[in-house]
Amino acid sequence: MTDTAVTAPTEPPAGGHATSTGLSNEKLGMWVFLSSECLLFGALISTYLLLHDRSVEGPTPKDVYDIPFTSVSSFVLLMSSLTMVLAVSALTRGDMRRNRLWLLTTALLGTIFIGGQVYEFTSFVREGLGFTTNIFGSAFYTLTGFHGVHVTVGILMLLSLVGLSLRGNLSQERAETVEIIGLYWHFVDVIWIVIFTVVYLAA
Amino acid sequence: MSTTDTTDVEAYDALPTEPDQTGGYHPTEVLYVKIAIILALITAAEISTYLVDWGPAHLPALMVMMVVKFALVIGFFMHLRFDNRIFTWVFIAGLALAVAVYIVMITTFRYWQNL
Repeated sequence: MTDTAVTAPTEPPAGGHATSTGLSNEKLGMWVFLSSECLLFGALISTYLLLHDRSVEGPTPKDVYDIPFTSVSSFVLLMSSLTMVLAVSALTRGDMRRNRLWLLTTALLGTIFIGGQVYEFTSFVREGLGFTTNIFGSAFYTLTGFHGVHVTVGILMLLSLVGLSLRGNLSQERAETVEIIGLYWHFVDVIWIVIFTVVYLAA
Repeated sequence: MSTTDTTDVEAYDALPTEPDQTGGYHPTEVLYVKIAIILALITAAEISTYLVDWGPAHLPALMVMMVVKFALVIGFFMHLRFDNRIFTWVFIAGLALAVAVYIVMITTFRYWQNL
């Protein structure tokens, strides 16, 4: 049985299981999940596009959006994708210290982004835009709120990786685990690239 | 780690890309930084559309820049350019389905007439 596994044409990735495709099931699973997430965010973005300018009364997007502030938040999230790939790269080389440093930096940048979103939501509420104020508010908070929850889940996963690393349960052989969580993180970033353009700048 | 893995790691600096645990290749850190700089520059150009009047080019330019940024992140940071093509097809299938379904949906609600 062991000999068969070693000589099989579908030899698994280091630390993984043999698969019929020769690909990592976990990684393929994450790509399938991200593919399905396109449909989720597609629904939210298109709903926003349909509803954002159909409010009977204000506030409207032009009344509340603070583009310079959101631009800084967007830049922070964009740069977190760089720190994420550097974390994967460090682990691939077996540099555990830098891996933890980049993972923590990514989590910190994600937290700054979420802090910015909380500040933005709070200021919008102060300006009179609640979740049920008008149809623009409902569509806006649902879309950006869902994205914010995704970022928060990503931050928790990053911190879990740091915890695993500190306990010695994350090694060079498990670089794919970090890469898969990195895929999720980058996806959250590309969704924000779309939201920032379509929701904020195009408006 | 196997002997092959050790050899691959030693060859890291000599290659434009580095091997990963699954036998695929990842870009080097220098390339990652270059991509991040390009992304930052495109973002700056996007923000400039808010500060400066781009005229009728405003919306098309924003859409092009968004697509370029999207492609750079999924191609380089998510490694689709270097990984097995199956991953690309799986992701593009979902993305294309989403784009098609929701273009039909907003067209049904006469979204384009309001632009």
